[in-house]
Amino acid sequence: MEDNRNILLEVKHLKTSFFTQAGEVKAVDDVSYYIKKGEIIAVVGESGCGKSVTQMSVMQLVQSPPGKIVGGEVIFEGQNLLEYDRNSPEMRAVRGAGIAMIFQEPMTSLNPVFKIGTQLSEVIMIHKKVDKKTAWEEGIKALEAVGIPDAKSRMENYPFQMSGGMRQRVLIAIAVACGSKLIIADEPTTALDVTTQAQVMELLQSLVKTYGTSILMVTHNLGLVTRYAERVYVMYAGKVIESGTTEDILMHPVHPYTKGLLNSVPKLDASDEERLVAIKGQPPRLSELPSYCAFYPRCPYACEECKQGYPILEEVGPNEHFCACWMKNKEVAHAE
Amino acid sequence: MQSDNKDAILEVKSLKMHFPVRKGFFNKTVGYVKAVDDVSFVVENGKTFGLVGESGCGKTTVGKTILRINTPTSGEIIYKGQHIENLSAKQMAPIRRDIQMIFQDPYSSLDPRQSLGSILKEAIVCDGKPHEREEIANTISELMVAVGLDPIMADRYPHELSGGQRQRLGIARALACNPSLIVCDEPVSALDVSIQAQVINLLRDLQEKRGLTYLFIAHDLAVVKNIADTIAVMYLGHIVELMDSSEIYEHSIHPYTQALLSAVPITDYYAEKKRNRIVLEGEVPSPINAPAGCPFQTRCKFASDKCRKAMPPLTERRDGHFVACYNV
Repeated sequence: MEDNRNILLEVKHLKTSFFTQAGEVKAVDDVSYYIKKGEIIAVVGESGCGKSVTQMSVMQLVQSPPGKIVGGEVIFEGQNLLEYDRNSPEMRAVRGAGIAMIFQEPMTSLNPVFKIGTQLSEVIMIHKKVDKKTAWEEGIKALEAVGIPDAKSRMENYPFQMSGGMRQRVLIAIAVACGSKLIIADEPTTALDVTTQAQVMELLQSLVKTYGTSILMVTHNLGLVTRYAERVYVMYAGKVIESGTTEDILMHPVHPYTKGLLNSVPKLDASDEERLVAIKGQPPRLSELPSYCAFYPRCPYACEECKQGYPILEEVGPNEHFCACWMKNKEVAHAE
Repeated sequence: MQSDNKDAILEVKSLKMHFPVRKGFFNKTVGYVKAVDDVSFVVENGKTFGLVGESGCGKTTVGKTILRINTPTSGEIIYKGQHIENLSAKQMAPIRRDIQMIFQDPYSSLDPRQSLGSILKEAIVCDGKPHEREEIANTISELMVAVGLDPIMADRYPHELSGGQRQRLGIARALACNPSLIVCDEPVSALDVSIQAQVINLLRDLQEKRGLTYLFIAHDLAVVKNIADTIAVMYLGHIVELMDSSEIYEHSIHPYTQALLSAVPITDYYAEKKRNRIVLEGEVPSPINAPAGCPFQTRCKFASDKCRKAMPPLTERRDGHFVACYNV
C-alpha cells in the first residue's frame, strides 16, 4: 500500500465463522481490503457470499454465538478495532461517530414508535455530549444537509409518515450528524425505486465531496458500481476473488465469475435476439465448500488443475488488479 | 389504438381501476385511489408485452385486473374475443386456467407445508376432470424437467429450495394448466443477478417451445427490454409511452422514459462516463391526490400550464410508437 497515512480503514485477513450444528460455516474467509480517505469503494457479490458479514465483523455486530471473528485485523485510523471488546466504550465510540452503517431496509432500521427527531438527536447527544436542545437543532441541520425539505417539521414525523427514499435520507443524516469518517452502506438502494435510487446515490456521492467521507458500498448491483465506485472487490463464497479499479474489473475482468456476473446483466443496447449468458448452477452453500476453488462447479473453464487447492489472490495487472484463479495466466483457456 | 387486431390474444380498452378510500365509523368514501386510469393496450399472441414503472404506478393492478382478481371500475378486457370484465366467478373459472400468474416473491407464493409435487398436483387436477394417479405423476415430472428441476425433488418442501429453484417451481405451477397467457409480476426482481439471467432465459425458451404469451411486469427497464416485444411505460396509473422494444434505447421520447433509461445501471465503464444523467427531483405523487392533468408534471422539466390542465392523450408519433406528452 503506497501511502499509509491516507488509508482510513484496512482489513487484514479477516475470518468470521458461524459455529452451527452442521459444523463451522466460514462466512468470511481471509478477506483483506482497504479504503482511503474520501474514496468510494464497492464490495460486490451475490446473496450469501459473505459481503454483509464482512462489514458486520468490522463493526463487531455479528451475533455471537453462533458467529465469531476467528482471526485477522481491522485497522481503523491506526487502531486495531478487534482488540476492543465488542461492548467496550471504545468500540461504541467508533460505531456511529467513526464508522456509520446504513442498511438495506430503511423501515426496519428506524424505530417505528419514536419521532425522527428523537432518534436523530439521541445519536448526537451521545456522541457529541451536548444537551437535548442543541442536539435537536443539529438534527435539523443534518436533515437539511441530506436534502429533506421542511426539516423542522419533519423532525416531528414518525418513520411511517415518510417514504422509503426519505427514510434512507434520515439514516444518512444520522451518519452525517456525528461526522462519521466512514459510511458503510449495505445495499443502500436495493429497496428503493430506480429514480429514488439515483437520488440517494447522488447524495452519498456529494457527502464525499463536501465532508471528505469515505463510503464503502456493499451491493449486488454492478450498475451502481460503474457510476459511483473507484475500486471494486468481488466476493464469492466468503473470499475476495478479484479486486481492482472499477475500469479494470468492468472492462478487463480476469476471473470467470466476474465475467459471468457481467454477462448476466441485461444490456439496454443489446439486440432483441441476444440471449443472456447465465452462470450455470447455484451459489454454493457455505457449509459445504470444497477444499479447492469454490467456483469450480459453475466455472466454464474448470479443469483438473483447479482442484489443487484454494487459488490465492495474485497480481494480474497494473493498478492493483488482483485475481484468485488457477487459470488466470492461461489466456488461451479464457479466450471466448 | 391498434384495434381489431387479428393476432390479439388480449385487448384492454380504457381500463380504470379505482379503489375507494373509506374513513370513519360509517365507512364513508372520502376519495379514490386511481390505481389504473384509462389504460389501453393490445397483447399479441405468442409475444411478450412488457409493463414498466416504479412502485405504485399501477402495473401490478393492471395484471390483477386482467386476471379478474379485481373487478374493474370501467373499461373493457377482451380475452380471445370474449369480454371478461363482467363475468361471474363461475364463468371466469375456465378462463382463469388459461391465464396464469407468476409472482414476485418466490418465498411467500409457495405453501411451506406442501411438497413440490403436491403443489403442482393441485394445479394439475383443478380442471375438475378425472386424472389417473400415474398420469399426474408423469405430468409432475414433465413439468419439473421443463423448468429445469430434478423430478426427484418432488418430495421436497419449498424451504429446501433456493430462490431461483422456487421461482422455477412457480413457473412450473403456472404451466400446469397449459395456459395461453402468463402474467409475470416481477418474476426476477427477488433473484440474484446470475440466477436472474437463468430464469429470463428459461421464460424465453418456454415461450418458444409452447407458444406462450407473456404480460411481463417489472421495474427494471433492462430486464423488460431483454424479454419484451412491446413495452408500455406506466406512471401513476397512466401509460405515458408505448413502443416496440427495439425503439426504447434510441428513440424513446417521453421525459419519464428518458429518466428511467438514465437510471438503468449499465456495466460499460466507458459508456457510463459519457452518458448524461437525469436525476429526477422529488417523488411519485400519492395516487389519492394525483395532480390534475399530466401525472408527471410535478417532476418534469418541460411542465407548462397546458400540462396542468389536462392529461395529454396518447398519440402515435411513428409506426406503433405512442407518447402522451404535449412538449416533446
